[in-house]
Amino acid sequence: MSNSQLTEGIVPGRLDPESYCTNFADHAPPLGAQEARIAADRCYFCHDAPCMEACPTSIDVPLFIRQISTGTPEAAARTIFEQNILGGMCARVCPTETLCEGACVRMDAEGEPVEIGALQRYATDTLMARQNHPFARASRTGKSVAVIGAGPAGLACAHRLAMKGHEVTIYDARAKPGGLNEYGIASYKAPGGFAQAEVAWLAQIGGITFVENWQLGRAGDGALSDLMADHDAVFLGVGLSGVNALRLDGEDKEGIRPATEFIAELRQASDLAKLPIGRDVVVIGGGMTAVDAAVQAKLLGALNVSLVYRRSRAEMPASTVEQEHALTHGVTIIENAAPIAIHGNGAVREIEFAYTRKGAEGLEMTDTGFRLKADQVFKAIGQTLGDTPPQVEVAGGKIKVDGAGRTSAERVWAGGDCTHAGEDLTVTAVAQGRDAAEDIHNFLMEG
Amino acid sequence: MADLRSEFIGIKSPNPFWLASAPPTDKEYNVRRAFEAGWGGVVWKTLGSEGPPVVNVNGPRYGAIYGADRRLLGLNNIELITDRPLQTNLREIKAVKRDYPDRALIVSLMVPCDEESWKAILPLVEETGADGVELNFGCPHGMAERGMGSAVGQVPEYIEMVTRWCKQYTRMPVIVKLTPNITDIRRPAEAAKRGGADAVSLINTINSITSVDLDDFAPEPTIDGKGTHGGYCGPAVKPIALNMVAEIARSSETAGLPISGIGGVTTWRDAAEFMALGAGNVQVCTAAMTYGFKVVQEMISGLSDYMDRKGFASTSDLVGRAVPNVTDWQYLNLNYVTKAEINQDDCIKCGRCYAACEDTSHQAIAMSEDRVFTVKDEECVACNLCIDVCPVDCITMRKLDKGEVDPRTGRTVGDYANWTTHPNNPSANAAE
Ligand SMILES: Cc1cc2nc3c(=O)[nH]c(=O)nc-3n(C[C@H](O)[C@H](O)[C@H](O)COP(=O)(O)OP(=O)(O)OC[C@H]3O[C@@H](n4cnc5c(N)ncnc54)[C@H](O)[C@@H]3O)c2cc1C
Ligand SMILES: Cc1cc2nc3c(=O)[nH]c(=O)nc-3n(C[C@H](O)[C@H](O)[C@H](O)COP(=O)(O)O)c2cc1C
Ligand code: SF4
Ligand code: SF4
Ligand code: SF4
Repeated sequence: MSNSQLTEGIVPGRLDPESYCTNFADHAPPLGAQEARIAADRCYFCHDAPCMEACPTSIDVPLFIRQISTGTPEAAARTIFEQNILGGMCARVCPTETLCEGACVRMDAEGEPVEIGALQRYATDTLMARQNHPFARASRTGKSVAVIGAGPAGLACAHRLAMKGHEVTIYDARAKPGGLNEYGIASYKAPGGFAQAEVAWLAQIGGITFVENWQLGRAGDGALSDLMADHDAVFLGVGLSGVNALRLDGEDKEGIRPATEFIAELRQASDLAKLPIGRDVVVIGGGMTAVDAAVQAKLLGALNVSLVYRRSRAEMPASTVEQEHALTHGVTIIENAAPIAIHGNGAVREIEFAYTRKGAEGLEMTDTGFRLKADQVFKAIGQTLGDTPPQVEVAGGKIKVDGAGRTSAERVWAGGDCTHAGEDLTVTAVAQGRDAAEDIHNFLMEG
Repeated sequence: MADLRSEFIGIKSPNPFWLASAPPTDKEYNVRRAFEAGWGGVVWKTLGSEGPPVVNVNGPRYGAIYGADRRLLGLNNIELITDRPLQTNLREIKAVKRDYPDRALIVSLMVPCDEESWKAILPLVEETGADGVELNFGCPHGMAERGMGSAVGQVPEYIEMVTRWCKQYTRMPVIVKLTPNITDIRRPAEAAKRGGADAVSLINTINSITSVDLDDFAPEPTIDGKGTHGGYCGPAVKPIALNMVAEIARSSETAGLPISGIGGVTTWRDAAEFMALGAGNVQVCTAAMTYGFKVVQEMISGLSDYMDRKGFASTSDLVGRAVPNVTDWQYLNLNYVTKAEINQDDCIKCGRCYAACEDTSHQAIAMSEDRVFTVKDEECVACNLCIDVCPVDCITMRKLDKGEVDPRTGRTVGDYANWTTHPNNPSANAAE
């Protein structure tokens, strides 16, 4: 192919074929048995361990690490899966630096935490490699639950319910289950089709039926009331399907699109060499999505990638580790700047920014700014809730739930990114799906 | 650089670090390389009588115990004495001694428990120019089944008898190497002394099974589905060895009997500890087998730095310095009261001290909502467990001064007083 990194415009094949393989390979390769043993030896087996407290799914970290160090990684995996059935994915994608590893006492001791995420992966990979499921399903209860959304929240909820003997049907608008595990997470975090493999492994519990390409509220598919008629309870794990707009003139120019869309396309691409990418890419936003879009654009061969965030780097939702990840991949991070105009005829050519400063009423634009050459712009300034059933109360742009995940509607629960509770992370979604399942179970067994 | 030169029962060596009789000293090739690396002396791998040499197993001969990061803490072996012909060994000993006259070269011996056997071998050794002999009364496996090694070492009368023969048939200094596989180490040491031994060396290896293969259900090392007890050595045995050395050093029966300290010496510090407890020098096996001959260089620099720091002119300033402080429990000061104290700046809040004290001891550590750990003086008995389990060593003991009140007992700290005069002691001497 004749394209290179220097080719103008949005074109495929900027790199030689091997580069795509190396660029998108597992960015944190698994620990070998020897490495795992050494890493496990570093755990102090803390009392009332801070790492466990910091894990949204409350995995018993000291116990599972001890099980690894005594040569029983499969027992370790069971300890993990009891709390978090997506422990395999979480081991790959959790921002551990702000969760368990951030709380590890060895951070205090020497600034190097126990490698909890990598150890979790070692244990879960070992068990999953055997392809048999560690849990048995309880005797059938005759109850049935509809789960909407096959993302981490829905999957965790469905698994827990099925394990307790209920029949579960998972409906998802997409062609494949997994939610953002399949369509969102950076590809080098979970390569090798892990998301689908994990769903298949999880479904071995039995009692879970998947219905794909079925969108709640779409004519011909069904409404909440239809589900309520067929099922004893409903769980909504629909995530965030909309994206925030820049609200600038020319936002519909060619070359400008939501970062999540680009990432989903990238995740589904069968040949990355055929995926077009700009030469001068600008990403607007400061979260995980922005970082992932920027880094992956770079890995696809974009020559210049700038990530522009309207506040300071310290305020970026992306952790320092993620920011460094972007920087080491050659992404330029520009802080305290917000887009004010889009230039170009038909397609974007330049994007104009103003520097910002903190004012009395929040962020203010200053008079000074700059223009960035851009043939491709990714918007990553936040996702929004899609259409939700009218019966379910929404507050502040998210579904309102109580501590047990109950919505305002009778027999309807919700969890994951679509609710206001917790951070928008895979592990949080798992925790909420699981906890809702426990509450649904109690409800069904009482009633 | 302190003067590390050592003279042990008249045998001179440039430093007090000798290699113990074991595989590292089994042949000329090894011993020359050991001397080049800096070892002060070697005790040649145990020789047996003339005739067909012993045979070793042809499968694994070691078992191991590991600490974190697969650090070897304990090793056990089922090896026998040298399996090379006597004449080969003697020839090599002579050659090495000739080339390294400044190093100590001791020959370890184990022959059947009859006068003729000992009488026969001693002149052969003397002829090599070796500096002395060490009688291996310690090997706990294999040779013991044939009435040698620890089978002799466990019977004080035999020790005395054989030692006497040796003193009678050679002018070389005689070191008696003791087995720890007995109940009271002082008895064999006394026997050696009665027999005229110039010194004792200890410990040899400890009877042990390091592990069991849980698929084949056999002790390890496993030879064709079976295993046998082997001799345990390495860092794990040091505490046992230190105690045995101290028992001999402080016993009035054996006081002054030179001791060569063996068992788990791995660093200069281990060596210094043995010497402080009365060992005139030390012998090393496992550390060399684990890390190679070069480890001696750390021992040399470390001991030298320590002696400089302490202002010790020669190793004899160190030898035995801790012996007067080894006493019986009944003489320990019961009015010595301390309390654990946690340095909050260094504490990493792991909670191990809390778990240890709360679950298994005296409920003397408090844990707050925000994980601040503090000692409750009114409960703390100063047992030390928290210090032992703290991963960052941030707990210390504070000594209560005389006149202070111990919040646990409500009693005022007084002068030295021990169990012999304690009111709870039924046989207490009338307190002043
Ligand atoms: C680019 C990107 C990178 C990320 N990286 C990380 C990371 O590295 N680590 C991390 O912890 N988190 C990361 N996150 C966040 C994480 O992916 C989410 O928090 C998590 O997936 C939320 O799970 P969920 O089940 O609530 O929603 P989702 O994963 O979004 O799943 C929702 C599912 O519901 C379906 N759905 C939506 N509406 C309907 C409907 N009306 N009818 C039927 N089905 C519907 C969707 O098709 C989807 O399958 C990232 C997010 C993004 C966007
Ligand atoms: C493999 C092996 C073989 C040994 N062979 C002998 C021997 O032949 N004669 C002997 O007196 N001691 C022998 N020992 C015991 C050592 O000399 C030494 O007393 C013991 O290992 C304790 O010291 P260490 O902890 O430094 O290893 C042997 C030890 C090992 C590990
Ligand atoms: S699930 Fe995530 S946060 Fe929890 S222990 Fe595992 S890696 Fe850490
Ligand atoms: S905080 Fe760190 S050292 Fe303590 S149990 Fe957790 S992983 Fe282990
Ligand atoms: S063991 Fe040490 S570091 Fe851990 S909580 Fe106790 S004092 Fe602090």
